[in-house]
Amino acid sequence: MILSPGTAAPDFTLPEAPGKMVTLSTISSPVVLIFYPADWSPVCGDELSIFQAAGELFAQHGAQLLGISVDGVWCHSAFQTDRRLKFPLLADFNPKGETSKAYGVYRENDGISERALFVLDRTHNITWSHLSPIEINPGADGALRAVEALS
Amino acid sequence: MSQSETHLSSPVSSDDHAVGPENAPLTVVEYGDYQCPYCGQAFPIVQALQRDFGDSLRFVFRNLPLADMHPHAEQAAEMAEAVGLQGRFWEMHDLLYENQRELGARALLSYADRAGANVEEVVAAIKGGEPRSRVQHDLESAIRSGANGTPTFFVNGERYDGSWAYEPFAEYLTSMLES
Repeated sequence: MILSPGTAAPDFTLPEAPGKMVTLSTISSPVVLIFYPADWSPVCGDELSIFQAAGELFAQHGAQLLGISVDGVWCHSAFQTDRRLKFPLLADFNPKGETSKAYGVYRENDGISERALFVLDRTHNITWSHLSPIEINPGADGALRAVEALS
Repeated sequence: MSQSETHLSSPVSSDDHAVGPENAPLTVVEYGDYQCPYCGQAFPIVQALQRDFGDSLRFVFRNLPLADMHPHAEQAAEMAEAVGLQGRFWEMHDLLYENQRELGARALLSYADRAGANVEEVVAAIKGGEPRSRVQHDLESAIRSGANGTPTFFVNGERYDGSWAYEPFAEYLTSMLES
């Protein structure tokens, strides 16, 4: 089950690039977690590009965007360069899917993350979450409204 | 599956670029990017839908430039808006999609000229900032409406998540007409 609003967000430390780790608990701003199935699939590309296009609107509220999938750092880095994404893509690669499982958004049969969004407040409580059908890009409107509701 | 619960956050108004009767039973809003190849593929499909649905369809175009991925998209969008201030928006819109592979600054000015706009006025309008604020306004309305890629279509205010290939899209529009 996807973690619901009111739950404390499980902490994690994941690589965003070879040798460069991101730890949730060291971020002191609101956070938007964007779980997605895989780099390079067309829907995911659009989904992340929309968040990139909306970057300014999220930045106005000091919200940090973090993409998460089970792809490894080298794959992420090629994808990120190609799509010119400016927010980190975290590799939930080893142990595979551990963070996705902690948030209740891992598809055991497929071995990939669900298409799911979480908005965390400054203290990293989940204030909003959304699970989308895997083939449908949810857009950034729900997450943006949830971030705006924090301030 | 093609129906979603995502609504257009800003309704179509007289500020929009629209073709077709205001009281048409179908209003299709496209959020598009001039440098996006999928929008380029959608362009002739939209034209075919406009032709085949005639006065039953009003088509509206709004800007959703994915500027980080498409370096010319924002400038092309601003140029179309600037040309639009002289009443030549659709001429420019069509030229941009017909010439997607060449959207550099010099090419954009030549399309503005071909669209029938006064190029000096276009340049002045862009410096003045109105085209930019129109593009930003569209982009924000796209995000708030749940646009989920380029192109994103809204039919009568609801996001259309089905295929925009001609047949399924036309079939969906026909079903909306009949309902």
